Amino acid sequence: MKSAAARLGVDIGGTFTDVVLERNGAQVSTKVLTTYAAPENAIIDGMHQVCARAGITPAGIGQIIHGTTLATNALIERRGAKTALITTEGFRDVIEMRTESRFEQYDLNLTLPEPLLPRQMRFTVPERVNARGEVMIPLDIDAVEAVVDRIAEAGFVSVAVGLIHSYLNPAHERMIRDVLARRLPDVAVSISSEVSPQMREYERFNTVVANAYIKPLMASYLGRLEARLQGEGVACRIFLMHSGGGIISIRNAADFPVRLVESGPAGGAVFAAHIAARYGLDKVLSFDMGGTTAKICLIRNQTPKTSRVFEVARTYRFKKGSGMPISIPVIDMVEIGAGGGSLAHVDAMRQIRVGPESAGSEPGPACYGRGGDRPAVTDADLVLGKLDPGNFAGGSMTLDIAASRAALSSTLGDVLDMDAQTAAFGLAEVVDENMANAARVHAVENGEDLSDYTMIAFGGAAPLHAGRLCEKLGVARCLVPPGAGVGSAIGFLRAPFSFEANRSVYMRLSDFDGARIRELLTELRDEATGFVRSCDAESPIQAEFKVYMRYSGQGWEIPVTLSEAQAMAPEAATFLARFEEDYARLFGRTVSGMDSEITVWSVNATTPPETVPRTVDGDGDRDATGGDCAFFDPAIGDTVAAKRHDRADLIAGDRVAGPAIITEAETTVIVPSSRTTVRQPDGCLDLRSKP
Amino acid sequence: MSPTNVAYQVMWNRLISIVEEQAQALVRTAFSTSVREAGDLSAGVYDDRGRMLAQAVTGTPGHVNAMADAVAHFIRRIGRGNMHPGDVYITNDPWEGTGHLHDFTVVTPSFHHNVLVGFFACTAHVVDVGGRGFGADAASVYEEGLYVPIMKFADRGMVDETLLRIVRGNVREPDQLVGDMYALATCNEIGHRRLTEMMTEFDLADLAGIAGFIFDNSRRATLDRIAALPRTSATGEMTVDGFDVPITLKVRVTIHEDRIVSDFTGSSGLDKKGINCPLVYTKAYACYALKVAIAPEIPNNHASLLPFEIVAPDNTIVNAPHPAPVALRHIVGHFVPDTVFNAFDKIVPGVVPAEGAGCLCNFQMSLRPRSDAPAPPGARRAEVLTFNSGGSGARPGHDGLNATAFPSGVMTMPIEATEHAGPVIIWRKELRPDSGGVGKTRGGLGQFMTVGAMQGYEFDLSAMLDRGDHPARGTRGGGDGAPTMIAQDDGTPMRVKGKQFVPHGRKVVMAFPGGAGYGDAAARDRAMIRRDLARGYISAEVAARDYGLSPEDIAEIEAAVRRGEAV
Repeated sequence: MKSAAARLGVDIGGTFTDVVLERNGAQVSTKVLTTYAAPENAIIDGMHQVCARAGITPAGIGQIIHGTTLATNALIERRGAKTALITTEGFRDVIEMRTESRFEQYDLNLTLPEPLLPRQMRFTVPERVNARGEVMIPLDIDAVEAVVDRIAEAGFVSVAVGLIHSYLNPAHERMIRDVLARRLPDVAVSISSEVSPQMREYERFNTVVANAYIKPLMASYLGRLEARLQGEGVACRIFLMHSGGGIISIRNAADFPVRLVESGPAGGAVFAAHIAARYGLDKVLSFDMGGTTAKICLIRNQTPKTSRVFEVARTYRFKKGSGMPISIPVIDMVEIGAGGGSLAHVDAMRQIRVGPESAGSEPGPACYGRGGDRPAVTDADLVLGKLDPGNFAGGSMTLDIAASRAALSSTLGDVLDMDAQTAAFGLAEVVDENMANAARVHAVENGEDLSDYTMIAFGGAAPLHAGRLCEKLGVARCLVPPGAGVGSAIGFLRAPFSFEANRSVYMRLSDFDGARIRELLTELRDEATGFVRSCDAESPIQAEFKVYMRYSGQGWEIPVTLSEAQAMAPEAATFLARFEEDYARLFGRTVSGMDSEITVWSVNATTPPETVPRTVDGDGDRDATGGDCAFFDPAIGDTVAAKRHDRADLIAGDRVAGPAIITEAETTVIVPSSRTTVRQPDGCLDLRSKP
Repeated sequence: MSPTNVAYQVMWNRLISIVEEQAQALVRTAFSTSVREAGDLSAGVYDDRGRMLAQAVTGTPGHVNAMADAVAHFIRRIGRGNMHPGDVYITNDPWEGTGHLHDFTVVTPSFHHNVLVGFFACTAHVVDVGGRGFGADAASVYEEGLYVPIMKFADRGMVDETLLRIVRGNVREPDQLVGDMYALATCNEIGHRRLTEMMTEFDLADLAGIAGFIFDNSRRATLDRIAALPRTSATGEMTVDGFDVPITLKVRVTIHEDRIVSDFTGSSGLDKKGINCPLVYTKAYACYALKVAIAPEIPNNHASLLPFEIVAPDNTIVNAPHPAPVALRHIVGHFVPDTVFNAFDKIVPGVVPAEGAGCLCNFQMSLRPRSDAPAPPGARRAEVLTFNSGGSGARPGHDGLNATAFPSGVMTMPIEATEHAGPVIIWRKELRPDSGGVGKTRGGLGQFMTVGAMQGYEFDLSAMLDRGDHPARGTRGGGDGAPTMIAQDDGTPMRVKGKQFVPHGRKVVMAFPGGAGYGDAAARDRAMIRRDLARGYISAEVAARDYGLSPEDIAEIEAAVRRGEAV
């Protein structure tokens, strides 16, 4: 990546648009309210603010990297274009029939999410390719012409094409695209063999439909944004953060907007990975907790864990299966409904439940004094002494602790015969336990043991809960970086140019075909490298090879990484050895006597990661002095006398022993009695278990 | 100091998380499609007396009570004095496990500081246990496969190699089954490790305290719900196809002050074929029906299940004793909820749905090189099992779910994955218009499926369908759902159950049943009728005949569809 004098990172979130300008290693950042009607306005506004503070003009910006939740929101709010689907005859309802199951077994009134396109917008044509990629029924071009007549008559502006087994043989999808291009040149076309060439028709069709659905909207937005920025004097190229944690050109983004989904949280994971690199940490758990949700991601060897499919727009308590699957390369995160605004209640079993319902910013937690009368996580934090009512959000807001107590008592305490403080303790413990459980399950699914992990905590609410979470997870060390409030936007500036190409092709190890594999992986490498080269003409490009393997007969593949040498001179014995090594790590033992198979092939091309100077972290050499305060320490089960510090007053090497509270404008860091923290030279607060 | 209320709240959450993790590990390591794709499995944690503390919510309610009872059988058979750290126990006993030989249940004792503190158990449906293969065709359980009585799979960490050799020698896919047995053992081990961590964190010597907390709160919550019901009694009844002769299921549901009794007296006697249901499995689905109706959010455990009493006379299709054939006991099991709802609706109207497709629409294809002419070189035999669903019954306030499993919760397989599993071609899998019973709320649509073999293959299709002659019946004036249909593409008729030969080049055309409607079709919201017509859930004919839509309305909707409007 060419280094530029000034780079701008922009993250459009649900509430705020975060803008960070970095120049010669120094950062200036701002948060402006997201302007839904014309999101580019907030960007322009924020850009001018940070440019003014840095003393440069927009023309002095060398590169802009942008991530946005607009794509996600368009899917959640169903604000996409008038879109049609063309699919194989006999399979009109794939995106509606889903997995034919109920994601919640115990709700007689369950309703399933509507597909993005209702049935009358889904058209079929006679054609069929089999599981070997051979054409069994040639595409009926007359039928395609007839469907295009219908599409023209109805005035669809975007069309998705998804045919059975097209990931093996895209010829029919391309022929349909050609007919559309000839007949309806103004209609946007997305074909599944390009958007998501992976097996499993429900995921692939849904992904191509989602891409088509948001394509006109995103293309128009990106076009406007580019024009507006140029109008303001910006002369540099603009890139987009994608869900896999890298950046792509504005052109690629407009063609494959579905790859922008969840790009904001991906930026957060990249931010954490960068800090991991700074400290030379190979096992990191990133913990991002905001107002409504908490996101947890595993970062191994300074690389966030990725996945090939994820779910957006969950409609039912964040429950697995209640959203729509999108199969694209993505940073693998668990998201749970636990944030500062998450509301608590008591259920029929007299158990305290927290979230996923959130008080949002209006009315907000009870302590905001805006009419909220149900207790939120923030209310519990306030009553437990973790927040300073007179100095919230840098003193911009005064919190009403009496309202918090009243809400805690009426909703929880009166039912469970607890005083307000015990109710707050219960609420905080339940939400922390929920997050800890999500982290544990995620770790187990990935064959990881969290006890030798380091946590990196960011987002407004994370530093309040990170210490307790570490205690619950047996995690000994936690870093709270500076700038945690705009972590995603900073992450964008750290992301490499990258593109991951995937292909589903079955191969049993007993039918291992080295020449075919070399050819396939070379094709994928060329495709991925081509995308990256279009963004960056000079940097060297690295390719990472990955295959997904399983024992024949299993349903879950595990990713197996190969070195370039292993990929380019493929040998069955090497593949098997790498697979068994990873399988044993995940599940404890290998299974003897079974054939194994490869299902998906993947090549990720990236520019080299920025070389990160290692920070010189120390154990601290000065005990900082702070004012008196007190908070409830759940591990001790009682209120403890503590010291309060202002983060801005701490300098490198300062040591603060818990129990302590460290305040800053964007958040508050709780140092439990079991922990000591050191202010490191890069500004991170380094919480560690007391010896 | 005993743990605080807050600590117990945290521990209960943790135990639920532990069993979910245990189940997840099983899904990821299992070999049988029924487990890994369809989610036909269960996992739970128990106290030292074998009382279930928590259970993972998985694809199948059928395992709920069966699992809850199973551990007590293991304690009795193995003997506490004979239990040691490192032990793993196993069975596929239909009567002491979960209802047929294809379900293996594995129980692992959990020792903390060398004291037995509890158990982990899990169950999974495996693809093959030998015998005649998965189907209804056996006349006794002896023909249905290998029987493994409750015994040690591992003794102090040493796996019983003799058992494995017997297993390997008796089943069609030995590697898969042995792989699944290990997967079951591994998932319990994961649960055990996490329980040990929790007990250390909270400094617990045993589980008595947390068990009491869970049971007290669950019992109170369940009894509160029962107390809110009218103290009365009602009967329900339903007749379905069966194998050779129709089966009638009858139940009397009686609400007592502190329990609900479901008595299946009057149900059909044993069937000659393998569609009989052991009582454990009947209990599971009867209990599921009542729980989902009155206490859906109360987790399954010893105390929350105890107030649901299920009784049935011996030698009936819902209480089949050894050695009755029981391989397809799920068919009767899946119809139990509709029967219980039929009674419950008379006690508390307006809660439960109309009848639905009920049992899953499953079939297995046994493919082999064609025998009537030379087969292609390299052609191999293959077994392909698929899970599919008809429509669910209309709910009082919502339409039934289209092509969605109920009461089972299993998933279908992607057709692209199925076509990789063997030389099959699925020609069609899509919604079946007009199959949902009409009503104020409409029954869920069934689906069409057409299947065949690749060039050069012929096959047997083992059908496990029902509702051919007995479609789902409407409630309160609602219409019936459409019946199941099955035939070859040249018109050759086929039966809803049993193994049937399909020659080379022929396809099997199936239409799976729709759910029944609820309430009078005349009362249906006009906007919903228009929507249904625009989407093609109903035809213009049904819109006019059953819902009274005028020709002008129909023409207007068809025009709107041509304009690409959502309607």
